[in-house]
Amino acid sequence: MPKSPNHYDALIVGGGLQGLSSAVHLALAGLKPLVLEKDYPGRHASGANAGGVRRLGRDPAEVPLSVASLKIWQALEDLVDDSGGFVACGQIKIAESEAELEGLCRRAEAVRALGFEHEEVIRANELKELVPALAGSCVGGLICREDGAASPFRTVSAFRRKAEALGATVLPGVAVATVKRQRGLWRAETNQGAFEAPSLINTAGAWGGRIAEQLGEPVPLTPKAPMLMITERVAPFLTPVLGCAGRVLSFKQFDNGTLLIGGGHMGRAEPETNRTEIDFAGLAVSSQTVQALFPQLAGVKVNRVWAGIEGVMPDQIPVIGASATEEGAWHAFGFSAHGFQLGPVVGRIIAELVLEGRSSLPIEPFRISRFREAAAAA
Amino acid sequence: MSRAVPLLVIGAGPAGLAAAAAAAEAGVEVVLLDNQANPGGQIYRGLAAGGAGREALGADYLKGLPLLEGARHAGVEQVSGASVWQVSRERQVHATREGKVEAWQAERLILATGAMERPMPFPGWTLPGVMTAGAGQILLKASGLLPQGRVVLAGSGPLLFLLANQYLSAGVTPAALVETTPGGRLMQSLNLLPGALRAPAYLTKGMGLLRAIRRIPRYRQARDLQAEGGEALEALSFTAQGGRHRVACDLLLLHQGVVPNLQMTRALGLAHDWDGRARCWRPRLGAWGESEIAGIAVAGDGGGIVGAAASALQGRLAGLQAAHRLGALSEAERDRQAAPLQRALARERAARPFLDQLYAPDEAFLAPSDETLVCRCEEVRAGQIRAWVGLGCLGPNQTKSFGRPGMGPCQGRMCGLTVSEIIAKERGVSPAEVGYYRIRPPILPVTLGELATLEDSTDHAEVPESL
Repeated sequence: MPKSPNHYDALIVGGGLQGLSSAVHLALAGLKPLVLEKDYPGRHASGANAGGVRRLGRDPAEVPLSVASLKIWQALEDLVDDSGGFVACGQIKIAESEAELEGLCRRAEAVRALGFEHEEVIRANELKELVPALAGSCVGGLICREDGAASPFRTVSAFRRKAEALGATVLPGVAVATVKRQRGLWRAETNQGAFEAPSLINTAGAWGGRIAEQLGEPVPLTPKAPMLMITERVAPFLTPVLGCAGRVLSFKQFDNGTLLIGGGHMGRAEPETNRTEIDFAGLAVSSQTVQALFPQLAGVKVNRVWAGIEGVMPDQIPVIGASATEEGAWHAFGFSAHGFQLGPVVGRIIAELVLEGRSSLPIEPFRISRFREAAAAA
Repeated sequence: MSRAVPLLVIGAGPAGLAAAAAAAEAGVEVVLLDNQANPGGQIYRGLAAGGAGREALGADYLKGLPLLEGARHAGVEQVSGASVWQVSRERQVHATREGKVEAWQAERLILATGAMERPMPFPGWTLPGVMTAGAGQILLKASGLLPQGRVVLAGSGPLLFLLANQYLSAGVTPAALVETTPGGRLMQSLNLLPGALRAPAYLTKGMGLLRAIRRIPRYRQARDLQAEGGEALEALSFTAQGGRHRVACDLLLLHQGVVPNLQMTRALGLAHDWDGRARCWRPRLGAWGESEIAGIAVAGDGGGIVGAAASALQGRLAGLQAAHRLGALSEAERDRQAAPLQRALARERAARPFLDQLYAPDEAFLAPSDETLVCRCEEVRAGQIRAWVGLGCLGPNQTKSFGRPGMGPCQGRMCGLTVSEIIAKERGVSPAEVGYYRIRPPILPVTLGELATLEDSTDHAEVPESL
């Protein structure tokens, strides 16, 4: 078979942060990856998330990865020549009752038992110092002082530019219809012709389940649409990113004064059409939460509301690792609406897997076969 | 809780009033939502309240009275002061009224959100003391307010002449009328004149207006406009008739025609087509104004500028069709009532191509000079947008990542068309190819406190750890 001009070292399906980070790390190792993106880089979850760079409150399985990823964030300029707008403003989970605070203490203990020290309990007086505007009823919180927030689109753009500068190819508007392995090469049929490479990397986010299915390993992924609100500008009053122990909230103020309110109230996702529908009942709950914490914000106007399309797994942790059914294929998808912070390290893990066949971080809990095992056990 | 209604009409201008009346006359329960204190829309604003100085506003203004009476008589439930800030594809509607959020679930929905003035950007257009001619007219209609000090009107389009005449009738003589319609426009439009003669009332009215305003100093084919002033407006300067002019003024009223108000149809994700002659988008609609989404129709200027009379006809037709779809009107009865309306509509629309061509906005305002502020909310200038195109920015949605235009409180109303036009011109393609901002709800600002009043706020959270 003649060597196709569309021959690359790796086909990466999905040009979000996970795919672009994989491209950067593979290209750093001298490979020539090709990123196929059906829309444009960062169009969905990677561009439409709250930008939280958070280790706080992670699933125990994610903690080692999240800690390693923060180290990359702290020196992101060394990797992609741009900080991604990352600012270590801290993240706090607020307790509104003594019972909630006890829960946070137990959580900090559990994280310490894993060998990590980044989650720290603070009492009411320190909370008041860090967030003076907060309603007096809050009794304490859990803080990760070095966590923070970044700019999603700026981060995605930086990874894209770096990948391209290192020799990777990023093709927007290329939708993969089928993937198939033949004669040792993966072949992706797309709306723009066929592409081939020895390796296949599935970073297709909410669409990742479709690729996995073609590899003969279907997963129970649900596309969901976490909603975000942005308000008009208000005078600066808040530095850290806030969450709540007992409610759904992610709350922060940007440098320009606008407030971002999110946290996981779901709209409706339509992955077929790229469309999301907002459910204002969920946003009304967010508004009530913000009002409970900051009664002085009742008159602030909401400017925009949107939702990205995220792939959510039933156990709320992603699929990361080698295909269990096919040679030369790896997955990193289904980040269940909290993949942004993990992006930098996930690309490194993928590059390790492709080049060395193993990762230096514990990724066993993320194996794709866990769903089949669970079904077999049931 | 959402209140279920068979037919919900949004916007109580000519189209909405007529649509609601037609369906209600057929026996349909109709709710008509409007964000103003009284029905009538922009064109008949203040008419229902019976404000002072109606006569100064002219005979056309009083034509709104039968429309207002028609909706009342038919038993339409009119909800005033309701700011609709979201409409979903499932026809759920959210509005704020008296500080509280109300929700409706409509079986059928007619959007009659009308027109808005095309922004007219040039250096200094954001100075205090500069506003749109439409805003000037609102003050006149709603509260009989007349401008203090020296007034200058600038731009193109019939509203400018109409407002000049209304000011004269009310005893205010503007200091100047600065027309920006480029030379040769009339000649370019002549081939469309025969169509316009099918609706001669527009032309007669136009000629009458031009006669009436002869007392006002008039400058033609003005270009290179600049509003001057430090803290506030002091003068308008421009080039016309072979020289540079400077007219001192305290109030500058601008007009560059009207375009459909598409915030709702955009937020719904309907397909929109570019109208090259009118230089604006319009939602793609089928017969009776029905959209591609089942149960959602558009009537009046919101579907493409047609004017008040044609809007009322389109509204009636959409109302008849809604009544038919809801089972209140047989097909034969619908068609019987529709036939004369459709004939009248064809006549009304005949003059439109001529007017669109004659008053097409000047290129200078479609894609203004580099130093001109385009997005007022986020303070983005035309030159910045051109620079981003040079960096590979292909369309309006990407500009948001470069410098946030369109992301402020006005939701891109003031800059959307300009941003699309600038990018199109830089890229050498049509605005159709460049596209428009994705419009996100809420399409009108709603406060956190108002949103929190939404009832039935069951907690839909599913991913407690997400960020």
